[in-house]
Amino acid sequence: MLSELKARLKAESCEEYLCGLFEKIEKSSLNAFTTLAKESALKEARRFDKNPGRGLLAGVPIAIKGSISTKGIETNCSSRILRGYIPPYDAHVIERLKSEGAIIMGKTNMDEFAMGTSTETSCFGPTKNPWDQTCVPGGSSGGSAAVVAGGEAPCSLGSDTGGSVRCPASFCGIVGLKPTYGLVSRYGLVAYANSLEQIGPLTHTVEDTALLMEAISGHDERDSTSAEGARHSYLPGLEDGVAGLKIGIPKEYFGEGVNKDVEKAVWEAIATLESIGASWQEISLPHTRYALAAYYVIAMSEASSNLARFDGLRYGERMGEDKDWHTTFSEIRAKGFGPEVKRRIMLGTYALSAGYYGRYYLKALQVRTLIKEDFLRAFKDVDLLASPTMPIPAFKIGERINDPLSLYMADVFTVPINLAGVPAISVPCGFAGRLPVGLQLIGPHFCEAAVLRTAQAFEAATPFHKAKPEVS
Amino acid sequence: MDDVIIGLEIHVQLNRLHSKMFCGCSTAYHDSLPNSHTCPVCLGLPGSLPVINKKAVEYGIKVGLALNCKIEEETLFYRKNYYYPDLPKGFQISQYDYPLATKGHIMILGDNGAERNIRINRAHMEEDPGRLVHAGTIDKAKYTMVDYNRCGMPLLEVVTEPDLCSPKEARVFLDKLKSILDYLDVFDGTQEGSMRIDANISLKGGDRSEVKNITGFKGVEKALSYEITRQKNLQRRNIKVVQETRHFDELRNITVSIRSKVGAHDYRYFPECDLAVMRIAPWVPAIRAALPELPDVKRERFVKQYSLADDHAKSLTSEIKLANFYEAVAARASPKLAAVWIADVLKGELNYRDLSIESFQEEQMIEILQMLEKGKISEDGAVQIIRTLLDRIPIEIGGSPSKIAHELGLGKAEDDAVQKAVREAVAESAAAVADYKAGSERALNFVVGLVMKKTRGKADAGEVHRLVKAEVEKA
Repeated sequence: MLSELKARLKAESCEEYLCGLFEKIEKSSLNAFTTLAKESALKEARRFDKNPGRGLLAGVPIAIKGSISTKGIETNCSSRILRGYIPPYDAHVIERLKSEGAIIMGKTNMDEFAMGTSTETSCFGPTKNPWDQTCVPGGSSGGSAAVVAGGEAPCSLGSDTGGSVRCPASFCGIVGLKPTYGLVSRYGLVAYANSLEQIGPLTHTVEDTALLMEAISGHDERDSTSAEGARHSYLPGLEDGVAGLKIGIPKEYFGEGVNKDVEKAVWEAIATLESIGASWQEISLPHTRYALAAYYVIAMSEASSNLARFDGLRYGERMGEDKDWHTTFSEIRAKGFGPEVKRRIMLGTYALSAGYYGRYYLKALQVRTLIKEDFLRAFKDVDLLASPTMPIPAFKIGERINDPLSLYMADVFTVPINLAGVPAISVPCGFAGRLPVGLQLIGPHFCEAAVLRTAQAFEAATPFHKAKPEVS
Repeated sequence: MDDVIIGLEIHVQLNRLHSKMFCGCSTAYHDSLPNSHTCPVCLGLPGSLPVINKKAVEYGIKVGLALNCKIEEETLFYRKNYYYPDLPKGFQISQYDYPLATKGHIMILGDNGAERNIRINRAHMEEDPGRLVHAGTIDKAKYTMVDYNRCGMPLLEVVTEPDLCSPKEARVFLDKLKSILDYLDVFDGTQEGSMRIDANISLKGGDRSEVKNITGFKGVEKALSYEITRQKNLQRRNIKVVQETRHFDELRNITVSIRSKVGAHDYRYFPECDLAVMRIAPWVPAIRAALPELPDVKRERFVKQYSLADDHAKSLTSEIKLANFYEAVAARASPKLAAVWIADVLKGELNYRDLSIESFQEEQMIEILQMLEKGKISEDGAVQIIRTLLDRIPIEIGGSPSKIAHELGLGKAEDDAVQKAVREAVAESAAAVADYKAGSERALNFVVGLVMKKTRGKADAGEVHRLVKAEVEKA
């Protein structure tokens, strides 16, 4: 827990602790970090050892997903096209972390431009799941989840466009939160699908997530979609429990396609919540079956435009001889993007084209509204929703990479949350064999406090967050 | 030329704003090093996000209202997707559905001599791209350089309906639009590239061509005239005019094809989700209330208030600074005399020297008019004083007209000196006086000539004629 770590860092030496982590990382076979900021991190650690300061995260090392802009540290989104890009500015969340005294350790591996569910589309090769290194860690923030689960960093930040924090949290047996759209500034998050994504923490415990949220949330005038209002504190009331809480169980999130062990673990989790004072009832989110299609149309359309800026002209890797503009752009993009990114850019470009816009993009927006209404309706009857985070536990590396559709299907319980813009957390709730299973708790817009409180009560009643993989 | 159909798209840089459209970078980049007025946002660096410059939207609404447009309840931004090296995000943030302003009109003097309404289809906001720079000429340069200083400059695109009938009308329309923008104080036309025009033109029954990116009003007139000739020649030879985009080559005064309809862009417009929908309707009343008096209204007022001829009023109200100059002068001199001297003389002398009204001072004009009214200088003298004052710029600014009159010896002879010369001349011209009395009006000219000789030409000939006549009849 970060609170214990903070005490230890003050009592002992931050530099030594950090050196220990870097040593572990350098020997690691997880392939979870892509860039280490060893020098600057150790410098910060020494400064902390001299004068600890009073920030919320004073001296706490943190790993950052490769898609979050860090001044002076390569930010490449695990894409060849951005190799060598060293941003001249910090993302809002990085500024916040630094001002709270956190120490940036480096950047983590991810699916290229966050497009994936397994961290296999990275130009650096897949990250391995600390629980079973033949399995994927989930994605797209697979590196950020693996470093925490594997003990290489005490906490990390990821980003969640359609489940990219919750999926790897679930596969790696840790806690991951996707905040309400607008709660955390996206300034400095390299956009994949800008109307869907949020930056979120990945940690060992719910309390740690609450602590990180306290540091990174709040209004930022540089992000026009950032919500107004003062910064929230999530630690007070965290232990208030779930007595009287009404939980909805969306029937569409169970049954066909859900791994039996996963389903069993989640039902046991629901029983646990009941045993500590919550009640549950089945509810319906009737438009769930349209969510995946709508999500992929919207995400790919936005991606096709968001990724247009990567032409090799101003930053990133310039590959080969320059010819005329359009030839040069095309060649750089052909070499710089991996196949999954190209697939999504092409599909998104198609969906936005004249004559198809109404049929795909507009229709998807309409579905999005229906899905949001599903959630709003449900939250009239219940306080929170509970479901599996992923329908399956971590799968084998290479098992699905050539079957994009089956990969997309795995996002079925996470993407509706992004479409609706509501917050959701994944907490460890058991195992399917040796692999962790995640419980997803979904709350109404800006009700992170209720989500965290429930997750905290569940965690306190269960041993799963204490289980650690044996990483060789 | 009633068979010519012209519509214009005018890109106006709202360069009176201090910061760019979606970031805090300064708009005063014209004398700066390339790429020195940039930040992560206008460079489109990964992860950066745009924030709307509300003042720019306010300026846009101001223009919309001045063009008699309907201001939308809500406005939103779209992404216009295309690749070009000057466009660092690979898309331009622009507007599509729900632009700022729609369905307006302005009055211009048509070719037929009557006032005509030109309809405005819409006015929308967007960001300017960067600028490509070549060492030497574009076809000889080995590489292209990009300067992103201009990138993100607030642009307002005004789109007319195809209501214009000739290149000259297009010019008149542009002059009028510029005048309105000038009144609103949103635009400085003296800055390079601050207004760029796309012109659509067709002959009745034919397809249209679009001439892109013309700078300068003369350029528009020339490009359109060339297009009319080209399209007419094609028609005459029974060749169909194809719908295409053309480029105006300023050096050769011709247009050349750059893109046919077949290769037309699909810009894949879709809403810019990084920016929220803006409810602008509540802003409108305050902006409307703060609108200045616009050229047409001011012109009417000048005609009524100062009893001016309409063409004088029109000329004086073409620029707000000129109109203000006139009113300041008219408050302290004869308004009619002031109109003549400012509209007919001063404006011409300024244009000839490529100077603006700011080069001349109200006090100078008032002093000149007062000297004229008191008969201290002749009209020719007044013109000479104005020219001298302007020619001394910038070595001397704000020189005194009376001092110049003295320096150049332009002061009319003192009255008693003239009187004396008249008396002498009449006394010395007995024969001419007798001829006059015998009925020869022309005989007086001899006497007047004599007076002018005595006063070395400083007297006013008309005045002398009157005095001589009076003296003779007295005798």
